[in-house]
Amino acid sequence: MKKQLATMALGALMAAGPAMADLVFPSLSYRTGPYAAGGIPFADGYADYFTLLNERDGGIGGVPAKVIECETGYNTEKGVECYESTKGEGALVYQPLSTGITYQLIPKTTADNIPMHTMGYGRTSAKNGDVFSHTFNYPANYWDGASGAINYLLEENGGDLSGKKIALVYHNSAYGKEPIRTLEELSAKHGFELVALPVDHPGQEQKSQWLQIRRDRPDFVLMWGWGVMNQVAVQEAANIRFPMENFIGIWWSGAEHDVMPAGDAANGYKALTFHNVGSDYPLYDDLQKYVIDAGKAAGAGDQVGTVLYNRGLYAAMLAAEAAKKAQEISGKADITSGDMRDGMEALEMTEEKMAELGLPNFGPTFSVSCDNHGGDALVGVTQWDAASKTWTLISEFKPTDGDVIGPLVADDSAAYAAENNIASRCN
Amino acid sequence: MFYREAGDFKTSYRDDNQTFPIKFDRYRYYVVLAVAFGIIPFIINDYWANALLLPFLIYAIAAIGLNILVGYCGQVSLGTGGFMAVGAYACYKLMTAFPDVSMFVHVVLAGGITAIVGVLFGLPSLRIKGFYLAVATLAAQFFLVWLFNRVPWFYNYSASGQINAPERDVFGIIITGPNAPAWATYLFCLIFLTLSAIIARNLTRGTTGRTWMAIRDMDIAAEIIGVNPLRAKLSAFAVSSFFVGVSGALFFAIYLGAVEVGEAFGIQKSFLVLFMVIIGGLGSIFGSFAGAAFLVLLPVVLKVVGADLLGWPTDIVAHLQLVIVGGLIVLFLILEPHGLAQLWRVAKEKLRLWPFPH
Repeated sequence: MKKQLATMALGALMAAGPAMADLVFPSLSYRTGPYAAGGIPFADGYADYFTLLNERDGGIGGVPAKVIECETGYNTEKGVECYESTKGEGALVYQPLSTGITYQLIPKTTADNIPMHTMGYGRTSAKNGDVFSHTFNYPANYWDGASGAINYLLEENGGDLSGKKIALVYHNSAYGKEPIRTLEELSAKHGFELVALPVDHPGQEQKSQWLQIRRDRPDFVLMWGWGVMNQVAVQEAANIRFPMENFIGIWWSGAEHDVMPAGDAANGYKALTFHNVGSDYPLYDDLQKYVIDAGKAAGAGDQVGTVLYNRGLYAAMLAAEAAKKAQEISGKADITSGDMRDGMEALEMTEEKMAELGLPNFGPTFSVSCDNHGGDALVGVTQWDAASKTWTLISEFKPTDGDVIGPLVADDSAAYAAENNIASRCN
Repeated sequence: MFYREAGDFKTSYRDDNQTFPIKFDRYRYYVVLAVAFGIIPFIINDYWANALLLPFLIYAIAAIGLNILVGYCGQVSLGTGGFMAVGAYACYKLMTAFPDVSMFVHVVLAGGITAIVGVLFGLPSLRIKGFYLAVATLAAQFFLVWLFNRVPWFYNYSASGQINAPERDVFGIIITGPNAPAWATYLFCLIFLTLSAIIARNLTRGTTGRTWMAIRDMDIAAEIIGVNPLRAKLSAFAVSSFFVGVSGALFFAIYLGAVEVGEAFGIQKSFLVLFMVIIGGLGSIFGSFAGAAFLVLLPVVLKVVGADLLGWPTDIVAHLQLVIVGGLIVLFLILEPHGLAQLWRVAKEKLRLWPFPH
């Protein structure tokens, strides 16, 4: 039935316009449930960028882009349903925005020859493109995040963290557990003590964890939180008067809606990031003109310029650039998911390219290769100013500790390769 | 007209007591089996298998399992999610420890392990009943999820605490992993469901089932007439957990492929399966099927109609889905507290007399 309708729609389209299919970018979004606060701005940004490309440039390389949205509710079962229902429509790349769904889709996308981009989430060892042929996690991953946070703290403390106590408040799921291994290594290397405090889904109940923090008095608190967990944690930290400047969240715990509920008490809270903040870029003028003023903005249209909207925009931009690269490599405008994968693997983001796109200095420069699907791992730090209600970048994008992360990535991906009999494919 | 008994003479007790005593029903059952085994595998695609049929088959097994405990033996359980997790993790440990053994064996063994765990957590049922037992099984739910989160041995020390199903086969046909063909995964689950339903049906109409029902209806009276409550209750826990464990193993290995215990086997899973049993009909095998179908298919149908056909925003469809499914559950419970199975029974009675009801 659905297929029939799709074919009918396709037939109508082919009769009306030039015989060319769209470039399909499925958006496995979540606008409902306890993680909706983060899912909505990301999905809006992702959709708006493709709308802009369609309205302004007539698509990518002359082929219109089509975003098919499917609601997952951050639930893996619905994620599977969404994946199966959209993959038949010629999906080019998946971005599930959920570590749980990512784990499921890694083998599936590889078997179906569709690339998946898990930007700053998912399985960290997917950085090793030699093993994970269809999974990309540029420009940065969780272990870069963990190392970036520690590097930042090292910098603040004159290069010495020995004897300090660092607490990790994490979402008790695959997502939250990812950084623990790296942090343990780093704690051995730099001599700080690590206390891991799990918070169960969805994260509304954190009294006991913060009571423990109040009792243990760690010098710094790191947080791997998402959805409703973030705002509760910031509020709890404010309640026990934990100094906000010593509280650092991962990039998924650093959006406006995470800190707004705590009001002034959240002032000084820090979060990591792998892209810049604010809406002060030439691209936003075009966005205003072609998308927002034209009434074509996705969702309620009230998220423009927020941190996660920017991230969705950035994800879409990287996908579009990879599609352009794929068109260039394959020599045809109407690319397949296989071409898209090759395009992603050859992607190179330079400062000139970003300036040309109207996003100068928006993200770190990086390049992807067969071995390295994770980019160059540059991580910055942002800080919240409660008075002006803005995030500012207080530490530029800096390299992370490759000596620690490299072997961990190699270990974990080797284990995956052994488990699934994956042969080396690079070189 | 459809359900004519005229001319359908039974000459033995055996005939009289068969599952489908009416000829039409019996043929319908054969037709369903023939379509399920003989036609669907040839026309199935990935979408139908992974989005609709696999979850339906697997939840139906879980619902049969829970129905034995709640519907037939009257022991309320909120630990289904935890027991499914036991099945899933047992299957994972077996799959990774013995890669050459057939998946059939792994799934059955996973069910067996869950049965043992189920009996263990069923012990309190000898002392406590009703709501108090529900709370005790709730403790099992939380304890098991906590255990699988806490002890790295269960997930083979992976960094994220996720378990991933490696590729395994049955007689050379890949059953798990991304390269498994849709028809193979479907048939694998279908075989388990068919066997589960047949076993459950035959258990519930035999001595075992009668002792369960005696305990359910009035345990003191049952004890007086010679039913051993220890045996009856623990056997119900064991059989029920076996089926739930099988469904958990299939849920992880065949359907999802990667599982995180808190998300996949949380308390909401226990409630979901309980709702299936209640909506489908307590104490009815058919009810387990109907309940599973209702709660698996309805959200997908609503999504396809709302988001794909009508083109509404996905968030509105998702919210409407909650409203409609919730509303229907309430409506069903008011209009037909005995579930879809009773509805079906009434319809059958009516059809038997139709078109001349007097």
